[in-house]
Amino acid sequence: MRKFVVRRLVISVFILFFVALIMYTIMRCIPTSFVEAQARQLSQLPGAKSYEEWLAQLNANYHLDTGIFQGYIQWLGDALTGHFGDSWYWNKPVLEKFGSSIWYSFALGALSFVLEVIIAIPLGILAARKQYGMADYVITVVALVGISLPTFFFATILKYIFSIKLGWLDLYGIVGRYYNQLSGMGKFLDMAKHMILPTATLVIVSVGSLMRYTRTNMLEVLNADYIRTARAKGLSENVVINKHAFRNTLIPIVTLLGGSLPGLFSGAMITETLFQIPGIGYVSYQAMTNGDIPFYMFYSCFLAILTLLGMLISDILYAVVDPRVRFD
Amino acid sequence: MATEEKKNAAGGEKELALDDERRVKVLSPGALVAKRFFRNRLAMVGLIILVAMFVFSFLGGVISPYGESQIFEDYEEVVTDFAGATRNTDYRFYEKESGLIPSGARTSLILAVNNGDSTYTSGDNSYSIQQIGNEDSWIISGTTPVATVDKLAGKYIIKSDEIEVTEQLTADFTAAAEAGETSFVSGGETYTISGSNRNYTISSMMELGIGSKTVLETENNSYEFMKAALTAMGEGQKSFTVDGTSYTLNVEDNNGAVYNGSDEVATLSAYSIKGVENGTVISTELKTRILEAIAENENTFTFADSEGNEVEYEMKRENDRYTIRTASSSKLIQTYLAPSKTHLLGTDGAGMDIMTRLMYGGRISLIIGFVVVILETIIGVILGGLAGYFGKWVDMVIMRIVDIFYCIPTWPILIILGAIMDSYQIGPKVRIYFMMIVLAVLGWPFITRIVRGQILSLREQEFMVAAEATGISVSRRVFKHLVPNVIPQLIVQCTMGLGNIILTESTMSFLGIGVKFPYASWGNIISSVSNVYVMTNYWYCWIPAGFLILITVLGFNFVGDGLRDAFDPKMKR
Repeated sequence: MRKFVVRRLVISVFILFFVALIMYTIMRCIPTSFVEAQARQLSQLPGAKSYEEWLAQLNANYHLDTGIFQGYIQWLGDALTGHFGDSWYWNKPVLEKFGSSIWYSFALGALSFVLEVIIAIPLGILAARKQYGMADYVITVVALVGISLPTFFFATILKYIFSIKLGWLDLYGIVGRYYNQLSGMGKFLDMAKHMILPTATLVIVSVGSLMRYTRTNMLEVLNADYIRTARAKGLSENVVINKHAFRNTLIPIVTLLGGSLPGLFSGAMITETLFQIPGIGYVSYQAMTNGDIPFYMFYSCFLAILTLLGMLISDILYAVVDPRVRFD
Repeated sequence: MATEEKKNAAGGEKELALDDERRVKVLSPGALVAKRFFRNRLAMVGLIILVAMFVFSFLGGVISPYGESQIFEDYEEVVTDFAGATRNTDYRFYEKESGLIPSGARTSLILAVNNGDSTYTSGDNSYSIQQIGNEDSWIISGTTPVATVDKLAGKYIIKSDEIEVTEQLTADFTAAAEAGETSFVSGGETYTISGSNRNYTISSMMELGIGSKTVLETENNSYEFMKAALTAMGEGQKSFTVDGTSYTLNVEDNNGAVYNGSDEVATLSAYSIKGVENGTVISTELKTRILEAIAENENTFTFADSEGNEVEYEMKRENDRYTIRTASSSKLIQTYLAPSKTHLLGTDGAGMDIMTRLMYGGRISLIIGFVVVILETIIGVILGGLAGYFGKWVDMVIMRIVDIFYCIPTWPILIILGAIMDSYQIGPKVRIYFMMIVLAVLGWPFITRIVRGQILSLREQEFMVAAEATGISVSRRVFKHLVPNVIPQLIVQCTMGLGNIILTESTMSFLGIGVKFPYASWGNIISSVSNVYVMTNYWYCWIPAGFLILITVLGFNFVGDGLRDAFDPKMKR
């Protein structure tokens, strides 16, 4: 077991090294004139550093004056010690901005994750039990519609119905107009109210794939010999489904869910942007559309780490949950 | 065809033998897949959606009478401010030659008039004024230099362009200069002398121009004409002659019009009339009509324009200022037109037909989807085939590359590249090609994984061992025996992948980093909702595009799902 984990870790570090190299190379391929134009623009903002200071800082952060590989190694050294530099767009250290926005993203991600699991798994199992029945068709269609819905379109429709036509919820933002005058509980409720639409968007758009995954795996389990055996010995359908089949279905599902845990931190860029939730997705979207290279480097490395972490967790969970899997 | 049917009908009565060729044919694997596929209701719905979408996008653009970025414009009658008439309270100066009356002299005129003086000085020059009739019009005369004098060897040499230098003039000047006088009379004219004992300037009293509160509007700019007109107005004459041309003056309510025969050539009034926009030409006739309307306190009047059409004008009074308004036709882009027969889904914010944009947008979205999937498949099949077939270190290397590409976050790269392309203003066409390549480069790993996984399991099967035993070449073994067996899975994944790529593309276009104007894409059509006013009031600008994306992607997913079930019936109980 330990050997397996260590091997996976080594591979992950190896992959991360090359992913970061690719990101760095792309950054270095950005024409110098763009960087200089950006620095010039930044220096003209009120209270900003001077043009030379920006360029000097860029050079210091990204070692633009050395070769790509050498510069990369130096930058990697900085990054490992937590020096990601200052964001151009936000005009403050990248890590500071990250720290102030990540929890919004996590709250949004966690909330929709829990809802997804609660909705998707029972429905997926139901669809598998009634394969080709009415319930299965409805669930399959709903799941596929969810998968096929463009996030931005669905979010707009929700806004149109609930904010404009019904006027129940605000169009944008994480807090209402009178947030500062509210009591502690009121503040919490206000934020919760502003989370409703983004969460609904995320859940509807992404619940489909988990639903289909559950259905497929449940079908596979229901076709297995041990289910036939369970039925043959006269167990009631409920026991067969809930005890024998469900527990076996959990193996791939837990693996998948475990693997998607790190993704809770990655931020839903499109949804956050549409609802202007100040999470990491929206923050980095704003920075990146303005060509903020420090933020781009940080955010893409962050995402790569989360993806790798997810892969690592699901690999390990796969082995832990299913004792039939041997490590070699 | 017909004979075949007959044969079938005839054969239908007889019992088919179990090994009958026709029966075997019916049970062939391909036909089985097709049969299972066509029986799947969802898959059929998906197929119909896709066919409809293809027809809509590829034929629609041909059928539609409008172009992809054709802007619809219309002329609309809008009542706008046309001209303004203000009661003139300042002196206007009609000069003999422009610049003759300096601004100091202009200002001092008011003072002199108020004090009732007939002469005044401004700067170094003195001026005299003479009223014309009873009007507030004054002929201004002033001393202007007419000659210069140099004293050379005791003799005065007068140089002048303006007056004739006669001996009498020189003699008179010399006498006056020797005597130290500052003025002298010669030939009936009075001249003044200024200057030192070597250089003198001789000035003479000359008429410089007229300062008047009457506004004279004319195309004839000769001073004689203006003076004659103003004088006639001031003295109440009915006609006057300038340069042999005789004019008649018709005065009504303090507004005068000057005619040359029957042509109106000038107006004289207390109002100055100016077009609201620069370059508005207001004919003298129209001016007369406006003045008449002011004098008679009319609220509206009609006037025939140069083409003889009666144009209605409205007058609006504000103290001493009148605004003349009229309906003018101006070119308007027809934005946000509601759906109608000519524009089935209305027009968008740029005045383009939304239905047509949707058709062209579908074309671009589908083309991008197909190109990207084809590129991904080419890369994916080659690398996945190599990894799966050769295994060992080849597999190791390729799969690590796949892992690396799998970890590269897509959106940050797409956005930062979009931002850079924005700042370099790269053309929309290049952007589309670039987008295809980037999406393919970021998307191939999932195909590689599928192909490799399939090949790994197929490689161990008996038919591959048999193929190896026959001794055929590696490339034949891979591409003739392995790859065809991977194709079912590949088709399923590619169909679903197409849907995903269309989603990604439309999201990119929505965010403004994908397909850009003038090209249409379903995503960039919806992006008009970032303006809340559009979202609230013009549903036809964004809802149809959203539904097209939804049902197209849904169609691909339905078909993909149906194909999976058809290829792999194991799941069926």
